[in-house]
Amino acid sequence: MDAITTPAAHTEFDAIIDTDGRIEPRDEMPDAYRKTLIRQIAQHAHSEIIGMQPEGNWISRAPSLKRKAILMAKVQDEAGHGLYLYAAAETLGVDRAELLDKLHTGRQKYSSIFNYPTLTWADIGAIGWLVDGAAITNQVPLCRCSYGPYGRAMVRICKEESFHQRQGFELLLTLMRGTPAQQEMAQDAVNRWWYPSIAMFGPPDSASTHTEQSMQWGIKRFSNDELRQKFVDMTVPQSEVLGVTLPDPDLRWNDERGHYDYAPPDYDELFRVIKGDGPCNRQRVERRVAAHEEGAWVREAAAAYAVKRAAEAELAA
Amino acid sequence: MSDWPLWEVFVRARRGLSHNHVGSLHAPDAQMALRNARDLYTRRNEGVSIWVVPASAITASSPDEKDAFFDPAGDKAYRHPTFYDLPDEVQHL
Amino acid sequence: MSTLTSLDARARYVLALGDDALIMSHRLGEWITHAPQLEEDVALANLGLDLLGQARSLLTYAGELEGAGRDEDALAYLRDERDFLNLQVVEVPNGDFAVTIARLFVFSAYQYELYARLVDSRDETLAAIAAKAIKEVTYHRDHATQWVLRLGDGTAESHQRMQAGLDRIWPYVAEIFVADPTVADAVGDGVAVDVAVLREPWERYVTPMIEEGTLTVPEPAFRAAGGRQGIHTEAMGYLLAEMQHLHQAHPGATW
Repeated sequence: MDAITTPAAHTEFDAIIDTDGRIEPRDEMPDAYRKTLIRQIAQHAHSEIIGMQPEGNWISRAPSLKRKAILMAKVQDEAGHGLYLYAAAETLGVDRAELLDKLHTGRQKYSSIFNYPTLTWADIGAIGWLVDGAAITNQVPLCRCSYGPYGRAMVRICKEESFHQRQGFELLLTLMRGTPAQQEMAQDAVNRWWYPSIAMFGPPDSASTHTEQSMQWGIKRFSNDELRQKFVDMTVPQSEVLGVTLPDPDLRWNDERGHYDYAPPDYDELFRVIKGDGPCNRQRVERRVAAHEEGAWVREAAAAYAVKRAAEAELAA
Repeated sequence: MSDWPLWEVFVRARRGLSHNHVGSLHAPDAQMALRNARDLYTRRNEGVSIWVVPASAITASSPDEKDAFFDPAGDKAYRHPTFYDLPDEVQHL
Repeated sequence: MSTLTSLDARARYVLALGDDALIMSHRLGEWITHAPQLEEDVALANLGLDLLGQARSLLTYAGELEGAGRDEDALAYLRDERDFLNLQVVEVPNGDFAVTIARLFVFSAYQYELYARLVDSRDETLAAIAAKAIKEVTYHRDHATQWVLRLGDGTAESHQRMQAGLDRIWPYVAEIFVADPTVADAVGDGVAVDVAVLREPWERYVTPMIEEGTLTVPEPAFRAAGGRQGIHTEAMGYLLAEMQHLHQAHPGATW
């Protein structure tokens, strides 16, 4: 909240970081630390909210009541995660309304993975398995983020997230054990979601500008490539259990490295989609803005009601 | 757009435990805040009791005052049970 | 596939209650990502999940009573419009938030009275379902009420929309309390609740709340009817087309 004003205060912040302690809301902190966190937490929150859309797309068409219930619960969790994260961001002195406004006007972003369409039911499985899998790989280290409220929100989120990945995997497993049409559906979804999922970890370390400072400050614990490799190593054996083929002919175990070799995603495409040139960018934001604008009269009504009741209470007191 | 104020949420997970701060949310008034908190923070049976407090009502100590406010407790080690060296055969202490 | 006339009274009764919950849940689910505040996305999803749970229990039981091997999914996804027994009030389109709240208010208040009495059903399974559901719908009714008050007594715009919402929904109220003669036996057996007795307690709750919200109880000229006989509104066809399409496109598949 407060910019560093005295050398003594700076040492305090550094001392906490150096001993891997936690910075809490009203501690003194470098302005850049605060700004970076606000942006990162907000964009994480926006990702959860926007992420509700590609999956929410299939709630009304879920092919069994059990799957419908699971999907509704998952999308509901995502709304909840967004809310936990906005709450964490607000401890840094911003208002949720400001952050939403930045999302609506494109000044803050969300994970570009959600700019891809969910074309079939199998996409729901692929998102759970691959996208949530990648998100978890990213998020577990964040549980130890130097900023207390963010780390704590992440602990809560990670606990809930494990069901998300499992249901996605299980959904695909059911398809792969099903009819030829279902197997085709599953493979087709994996073909479309694999590269965008590994692109979720961001640009390669060689091209990433913010990493060093974020790592120094305990916001980021592992580099993009480290996390990406971890995800690939975890996911390949899972694909073998599923019986799907990951669409990467260069994918193979490298004994020397002790990791899987894999073809990188198209980073040019990643940057294009981040900039706005993806299949669903416009509709994701439009839908979000529409909900917000169409809901304005509701929010105003609730606020007006609260004012009236408060006024009555005062008169009565 | 009308802003709904911020509320801090405290949940008691089980009887025997105290209320813990779990996060915050926006709601137009206390009644809705309580209900929203129930939806947001106790979906997985995580609570038997919820408190919601307007964030503006919370008075916090300032980190600047830390030395005077908190440090004196730090050197009074006799307040901590580990300070006392008791013979092993003493039970229930 | 057995036609509904061959269902005995008890199976038919349970199926109707299940259809109410199923279709209502579906409509609530449509609000996800569209709600006026994120906290409300969470709340409406909660309500939708509760109702889906009720639907699954009731449909599963109806299938067992029918004894023709139909499970919850066969009943939800393979019946045509004329074989659904839900009240029309649950199927009408969501409209704006006020219309949705008006519908939720009317329906949850009815479910409250229903389940409060169904806990005493001579059918143990139904009684158990009701015992769980009454806790849920107590909350649903409360949630709807909070919004009726806030929208009714909020701003001029919200008041006008809330009144319009009630006006839009009220033609579907009368049907809720009309006894379905084909389940008379189930009522006589002490298994089913006689809906006719629910109107008065329902009004005793609903009317003061509407008035507290500075709203007026509508007096509609038109009264919808026929849901329990499989006569629905034009909206039902579209709803089912969307809901059932994927399941029907892959006959016999497991999901």
